[in-house]
Amino acid sequence: MSTDVDLLIVGAGPAGMAAAVTARSRGLTVLLLDENAGPGGQVHRGIEHRAAKDEQDADGAKLAAALRSSAVETRFRATLWAVEPGGKVFWSEEGAARSAVAGRILLCTGATERPLPIPGWTLPGVMTVGAAQIALKTAGLKPQGDVWIAGQGPLLWLYAKQAVEAGGRLAGIVDLSHGIPPAALRHLPRALMAPGYLLKGLAWQRRVKRAGVRVIHAEEIRAEGEGRLARIVVDGTEHAADLLLLHDGVVPNTQITRAIPGCAHDWDAVQACWKPRLDAWGNTTAEGVMVAGDGGGIGGARAAAHAGRLAALEAARALGRMTEDQRNAEAGTERLALNRQLAARPFLDALFPPRPVTAIPDETIICRCEEVTAGKVREAVTLGCLGSNQTKAFTRTGMGPCQGRVCGPVVHAVIAAARGVDPAQVDPFRTRFPTKPLTLGELAALAE
Amino acid sequence: MNRAIVIGGGLHGLSTALHLARMPGWQVTVLERRHVGRHSSGVNAGGVRRLGRDLREIALSMVAWEMWSNISALVGDDCGFQPGGQVKVAENAAELGKLEARAAQVRALGWTHEEVVDQAEVRRLLPAIAPHVVGALVCHGDGSADPMRTVMAFRRAAQEAGATIIEGSGVTAIERSGAGTLRVVTEEGTHEAERVANCAGAWATRIARMAGEEIPCGVKASMMIVTERLPHFCTPTVGPTGRALSFKQTVAGTVVIGGGHQGLNDPERETSTVLFGNLAHAARIAAELFPCVKGARIMRTWTGTEARTPDEIPVIGESRTMPGLFHSFGYSGHGFQLSPAAGAAVAELIARGATNLPVAPFTQRRFDA
Amino acid sequence: MFQRSDPPDITITWDGRELPARSGESLATALLAAGVLSFRETPVSGAARGPLCLMGACFDCLVEVEGQQNVQACMTPVHPGLRAAPQHGVRDLPEVEAA
Repeated sequence: MSTDVDLLIVGAGPAGMAAAVTARSRGLTVLLLDENAGPGGQVHRGIEHRAAKDEQDADGAKLAAALRSSAVETRFRATLWAVEPGGKVFWSEEGAARSAVAGRILLCTGATERPLPIPGWTLPGVMTVGAAQIALKTAGLKPQGDVWIAGQGPLLWLYAKQAVEAGGRLAGIVDLSHGIPPAALRHLPRALMAPGYLLKGLAWQRRVKRAGVRVIHAEEIRAEGEGRLARIVVDGTEHAADLLLLHDGVVPNTQITRAIPGCAHDWDAVQACWKPRLDAWGNTTAEGVMVAGDGGGIGGARAAAHAGRLAALEAARALGRMTEDQRNAEAGTERLALNRQLAARPFLDALFPPRPVTAIPDETIICRCEEVTAGKVREAVTLGCLGSNQTKAFTRTGMGPCQGRVCGPVVHAVIAAARGVDPAQVDPFRTRFPTKPLTLGELAALAE
Repeated sequence: MNRAIVIGGGLHGLSTALHLARMPGWQVTVLERRHVGRHSSGVNAGGVRRLGRDLREIALSMVAWEMWSNISALVGDDCGFQPGGQVKVAENAAELGKLEARAAQVRALGWTHEEVVDQAEVRRLLPAIAPHVVGALVCHGDGSADPMRTVMAFRRAAQEAGATIIEGSGVTAIERSGAGTLRVVTEEGTHEAERVANCAGAWATRIARMAGEEIPCGVKASMMIVTERLPHFCTPTVGPTGRALSFKQTVAGTVVIGGGHQGLNDPERETSTVLFGNLAHAARIAAELFPCVKGARIMRTWTGTEARTPDEIPVIGESRTMPGLFHSFGYSGHGFQLSPAAGAAVAELIARGATNLPVAPFTQRRFDA
Repeated sequence: MFQRSDPPDITITWDGRELPARSGESLATALLAAGVLSFRETPVSGAARGPLCLMGACFDCLVEVEGQQNVQACMTPVHPGLRAAPQHGVRDLPEVEAA
């Protein structure tokens, strides 16, 4: 099969932008696809249309500017929906299906929020913290009125800080974390090699508390209302609420890698998620398919950019544009920087283990699309379903339009808990192409 | 007490285990390499179809249909069976002629389940069908069931009948012991039994080879599409005459499209892959037969790995190289409907050495010529 | 609720009603800023739903845009005069109804 492009990159976040520019500078032809309107990914959303407010914004603006001044071919509002063996990639753009054959494929699909299913979380007015952050970054929407945040994790405090600094007002934060777990402490010495991260997190918390935001440490929360959110009940106490923002950390977005045959994934017990098995350069176990950034394991924006550049160098080597020695020589400083960025990670990950799924009541919906409750999934286990895929076929959980993106981590954890086994022994959803819906008509047009 | 090992926890293995476990004096163990319903049993289209069967399969299919009509009595669950009928449409006069000839052929054998209908009747059965369709062959009482629900129902029923199901146990060898019993070797250990059933689907020829028997049989990876939920517009399962397609709307409102368009198969890695260039043909035919679905969004596509014999009918019968081993595989993509009856037949072959069920045409001797 | 930092500069139509919006934003944020939290009713139980993730993953913000159904509001940029409406349960089959 002859190729249309040397390197096809999916996702124009920090990893994708950095990889594209590096690969192009080494002489590769590069096609960069992203489903959003412009570069930035989630972390640098809308970066070309707002003033840089902090270091993170400045990083993003720099990456986006470098991308725009490079000869990388970019296609925005382009949604990848399939990767086939041999480097054939399909996507949709302006309602039409397209395809190209690439020498290498680099997936920089970032992270998604781990769902936090609580009773009533399907009510309009309950969203994720990540959603509120996108609303703030892309549309300048700030919280006002009875807006509550609940859950745990660094992003929760970062958003609260950003919201307060933008002039927003929060009714309060329901902190569902459990202090510093003993398991986290053994990662502390390494984390102290990158003290910036830890200090930043503490500074965000101080900033939010100084703004007078009430913080309630709680075990249980539920959302209530008729047709929309009206109140939350925190450990038995009611509070008026018109918005509730949930967060329980982020996990790699493996929707595409899990659909690729031969692409192995491993269970990460510390981050409590599946991630693609990668070598030091970002090669997956599927020929010609690479991953960089949070999609290969959560490391944050700066780590993603370094990993993207390393992957680009490896792509150049694989395509014969540089020798192994040249690649290694150029990779040196990137790898040092990457390792420094990742130093604090194990501590942070151990600090915020996901909320135990045993806390989810039987009657709570976990698959929002097909409206399947935790109890239904537990019942499927008692009827003999051992893993996510049998449970999917049996209960329809994960069969709706989101294709298990939202419920996947929870269904997996609920099955593991119900069976009383290590999560590593429970298969995750096998995802299926098309990973984004396309119409029968669009697909039919490929048969012409 | 006699012991039997069933290799393969797909629907045929589970059905065989269920029927055998209900016979007095049999202790049944199912060995499944991955998990129950892992391959084509759990992911097929669930077609419960007598319509258009190979003439050699009709008799067994009729027995199976009787069982499907009262499936709850067999497994304690309705398996999601919806007898909405099966319809094979003719897109031109020549195809209608073919369907008429087929109906006559089936009638000549004494069967009356297939009937030709005119354009007006097709339109009544399928209000959303494209206007160019001129007639159809119809089988009332056929329909479809929910594959994984069926698998789980057979699994539960087999267990309740006393069968043991071991998942994650792949067979590596079969040998005869000094005492004359058969020894089935897995990675974890060895199982000894008087009788063994080979219900290993796409991997069944490997099991046969372990017994020193070569049976011509390949694999297939038929691709499927499922759409988003749509308003109810189609009750029967529909296929055309001159092109490859199967089309049905589920109770949930989603439309499941198959028809045998082939993906990429990798039995070694136990994976199969959708090839969208091929699958596009299924989408195109579907949109031409039912123009209303052209704008419907595809939710998922998938493939399932299944054995395919040269003549596309199964192999059912005792091994010629290792007596006591019984084959039941090669259903070639249409074994779902046959499973209740085929399992009963294999159980009888195992228990009594003979069966009155019509499985004689499926002997592997047919490949000798 | 959400409040805008910058004033709206265009008008869109939601369920027959005119709403202010800001160029460059998504239909989802325009609706949220206007106090619209419920975007649709589900095809399974008919329960009211609004957006969850705003990043194209959850498919909970499905609406009707210019007559096209089950469109993700968070992935739809606004433009002056855009016409959108709630998605009521299962999408329609327009061709069949017209026949």
